[in-house]
Amino acid sequence: MSQKHIVEARGIHKHFGPLHVLKGVDLEVKERELVFIIGPSGSGKSTLLRCLNRLEEPTSGSVMVDGIDMLSPKTDINHARQRIGMVFQSFNLYPHMTALGNVTLALRKVAGKSRAEAEAIARQALERVGLADRADHTPGQLSGGQQQRVAIARSIALEPRVMLFDEPTSALDPELVGSVLEVMRSLRESGMTMIVVSHEMGFARNAADRVVFMDNGLIVEQGPPAAIFETPAHERTRAFIGQIQRH
Amino acid sequence: MIQTFFNPEIIVAAWPIVLSGLWNTILLSLIVVPLGLLGGLILALLASIHHPLVRWPLMAWVDFFRAFPPLVLLVLLFAGLPFAGLELGGFACVAIAFFLNTGAYYGEIFRAGIDSVPNGQVEAARSTGLGRLQAMRYVVLPQAVRNVLPDLLSNTLEVVKLTSLGSVVAVPELLYEARQAQSVTYNPTPIVMAAVIYFLILWPVVRLLSRLENRALAGRR
Ligand SMILES: Nc1ncnc2c1ncn2[C@@H]1O[C@H](COP(=O)(O)OP(=O)(O)OP(=O)(O)O)[C@@H](O)[C@H]1O
Ligand SMILES: [Mg+2]
Repeated sequence: MSQKHIVEARGIHKHFGPLHVLKGVDLEVKERELVFIIGPSGSGKSTLLRCLNRLEEPTSGSVMVDGIDMLSPKTDINHARQRIGMVFQSFNLYPHMTALGNVTLALRKVAGKSRAEAEAIARQALERVGLADRADHTPGQLSGGQQQRVAIARSIALEPRVMLFDEPTSALDPELVGSVLEVMRSLRESGMTMIVVSHEMGFARNAADRVVFMDNGLIVEQGPPAAIFETPAHERTRAFIGQIQRH
Repeated sequence: MIQTFFNPEIIVAAWPIVLSGLWNTILLSLIVVPLGLLGGLILALLASIHHPLVRWPLMAWVDFFRAFPPLVLLVLLFAGLPFAGLELGGFACVAIAFFLNTGAYYGEIFRAGIDSVPNGQVEAARSTGLGRLQAMRYVVLPQAVRNVLPDLLSNTLEVVKLTSLGSVVAVPELLYEARQAQSVTYNPTPIVMAAVIYFLILWPVVRLLSRLENRALAGRR
């Protein structure tokens, strides 16, 4: 065994009724790796991410995360999910709580920390995303970029082993994208394993270890960013990248 | 006129009876409102399971008890159950009828509230390891209740008014006691007293409700 795989998804199929959305996807991610997933709309990128923490139940296949069989009925899924952070396109903060409340909720109710412990950890997490001074603001009082950083803090406070990002900057005004990418970059530098679905090609180029191109429920090809962007092997990849870069 | 409808002597004489009726109305409300809220919450939580095996029976249940006139339900329980060998007092019958009837209404309100909270928040909560019920309790319900507060209050107003149905099955609430007093005094004054008391206790709620509704409207703009 050369380097440990922290995520191992094998033969993932997902049907939504008659719709066959994932058609046998294998994805392995090494510790500290940053894997970028790109692909046209509807190709199944979000569904794949959501199968990894079982927000979506795969129709068949296996998912191991940090040695835990995510799909086994014996697995305590709520416990397992603490190790897998997830950041959503629409932030999904709890609007009736402050930033601090958003971050402490799972620390207190899932990780079983006392209020004081949870708040100390949450303040540290908010500090890491540059929002120490916004702890008492509610989501409605924060910009989109700040909200997304609170969402990242909410995940990292639980000290996950892997972080999943589903288009974390797509809902943001262009001038706010940088602050979120900045936080993601510092997370990466701290050694976090990350799987990122995004159209931020610039970020992919200088931060990703590997780019995975998905189309129509399958991984078409994958490799280092330079190879995928400069010399893609498949016509579909070439077409997609050409399309993205024209924007 | 005043001698007929606002007879001072009768007011004085009927006062203790009417007052005890008022207490019973308040007591009844304090029992049936929480009971209805509890029933409604249970129905709404079941509805959030979104499973066909739960969904259809639940819909049938809610539809049935919303379509069934509460007075008929009450009389049926009171007059019908003894034939099934179950003799419940008027008070218990009112409690059960309200649990079934107003529970169905509260249930629909809670359900609308729960639906008003974007599902993404539940997914976020679940992704941090919160269980289904925890996500419901800490993330969804606080917002759901706040979003439908005017509807909850408005339904509660109706429920308190409906407690006067208890008079039909001899629960000594405000209307029942007023009618007792009326039948001994041969004068409508006690009924007028009851009417005034109903108005006085419900009017502040109506005021509060319309302020809440205005605020909700302003918030939506
Ligand atoms: N809960 C669901 N029920 C039914 N169909 C779904 C569901 N979720 C996703 N789909 C369908 O599955 C397909 C893949 O969706 P998915 O969201 O994974 O694509 P994606 O690659 O993330 O696309 P995008 O770039 O637009 O986010 C789409 O056709 C979508 O309509
Ligand atoms: Mg998507």
